Amino acid sequence: MTSEAGTAAAHRAIEAVWRIESARIIAGLAGLVRDVGLAEELAQDALVAALEQWPAEGIPPNPGAWLMLTAKHRAIDRIRRNERLGARLSLLGRELETEQQSVPTEFDDVVDSDEKMGDDLLRLMFISCHPVLSTEARIALTLRLLGGLTTEEIARGFLAAEPTIAKRIVRAKQTLASKQVPFEVPPPAERPARLASVLEVLYLVFNEGYSAMAGDDWMRPALCAEALRLGRVLAELMPAEPEVHGLVALMEIQASRVHARLSPAGLPVPLLEQNRGRWDQLLIRRGFTALLRAQELGGPPDVLALPYGGGGNTHAYHRGFAEAGAGLPRLVAVQAADRAGTVASAIRISKPAHAAAVQDAIEESDGVVATVSDAEILAAWSALGREEGVFCEPASAAAVAGLAHVEIEPGARVVCVLTGTGLKDPETAQRETPPPIPVEPDPDAIAEAAR
Amino acid sequence: MRFLVTVNGGGAPPDEQLFAEMGRFVEELTRAGVLLATGGLDRGTHVTSSGGNITLTDGPFTESKEVIVSFALIEVRSKEEALELARRFWKMVGDGEGDIRQVFGPES
Repeated sequence: MTSEAGTAAAHRAIEAVWRIESARIIAGLAGLVRDVGLAEELAQDALVAALEQWPAEGIPPNPGAWLMLTAKHRAIDRIRRNERLGARLSLLGRELETEQQSVPTEFDDVVDSDEKMGDDLLRLMFISCHPVLSTEARIALTLRLLGGLTTEEIARGFLAAEPTIAKRIVRAKQTLASKQVPFEVPPPAERPARLASVLEVLYLVFNEGYSAMAGDDWMRPALCAEALRLGRVLAELMPAEPEVHGLVALMEIQASRVHARLSPAGLPVPLLEQNRGRWDQLLIRRGFTALLRAQELGGPPDVLALPYGGGGNTHAYHRGFAEAGAGLPRLVAVQAADRAGTVASAIRISKPAHAAAVQDAIEESDGVVATVSDAEILAAWSALGREEGVFCEPASAAAVAGLAHVEIEPGARVVCVLTGTGLKDPETAQRETPPPIPVEPDPDAIAEAAR
Repeated sequence: MRFLVTVNGGGAPPDEQLFAEMGRFVEELTRAGVLLATGGLDRGTHVTSSGGNITLTDGPFTESKEVIVSFALIEVRSKEEALELARRFWKMVGDGEGDIRQVFGPES
């Protein structure tokens, strides 16, 4: 092997070690210096040192421990030179002194116990997805700190310019520092909202990759795998959270069909026409396992709201929950006031075929049939788009509108089933939204118009 | 990408300490979202198909060094990651033989 090829091989090996260890190293350092931005810089310094030294000296027997120890030494150097961190010096100095006396050989000797490590990793996830940051910033920071992705890889994954992503990450770290966001697992009162923020980031990353499966660049599909991996990590860190298992189940099962959903020509293949031999059975099994965990831990929602229409969905959901045997959600079946002429075309049914079955389901679940006007439906439809970024058909928005007519206990878990995309009823969308703005086919012009 | 990491027989049977270390390693890989499946393998039955004749033979049929006795199916982002994890595994296990092969599943 030429020395150049040897260096390239060493760099690839270092990159692999970095991918495996970086999140744990950054998390461990952040636990120590309580500053995520600084922790990442220190870890990067250690990576640079590895890139300088390993090709010549060979990869150390325990590369992860080497990186961690080097980063901790850099931490001392920085702190000695930096007044800002002076207050933390004594604590850090003491820990490192003890460490230097016995050179650790195993990674875990350097990075504290598994439990402590897991806590730090979880804190790193929560802080990377902190609501104080914009969604874009959360995504970039998560991929950078927890995925070990480079700025260039993140930019390619999101079809963005590299400097844009770089700036986004720098600003995110500055925001966390200036707002003094604590490096902690949020207290119980804040946890549901904070966890939702983490799950949102994972799902957005997953979707970005999922929607890009036909692209030429491997980096976009790799986002799917990365989101799934982070979901699995989170499920191990928070095994008692049903929502986490639920998201993992969703991602595993969606991912299982990734390679069956496009024809060789790159066209979408509907679910029922997909070649099931190309479904990934391993992922399906993992998905079901995650689903069972979610079910055992979480049980059904307290309230389930659906558009009524012909009643088929309402009846089927009820029967599904009844057969699952884990309890029944209170059904809210939402009907349009003007059943024959409502704007919500999907529930424009004057004589529901499953009326009797729905009646039984409502009685069994202590549920209710709610009636909403077209004005209410359109208001909910517009609010969903504005506040949640969800473009659904008006019938789906009826489910949300119906909730206003139902008494719901504080803290209840409410699920609204949105059954159709907005593209099923483009006419309403065109009628109810401002007219389109003509724009030149140019990214800057589009960005300008979007403002 | 997926890799099947296999271990051949013939090595010393794991003592209690190695057993515990391996358990920890498996747990760590699970926590890292890397390990998809793992297991040990029986010696099994050997199949030969020749000119329409199918012969099934129970082992032992070959040197244990050439028989796979356990496997791990892992999901990683690069071949180098698979090699690095295999290196860690073998450092723990000591002497022996095995293979690391990329798996072409339903995705390819």
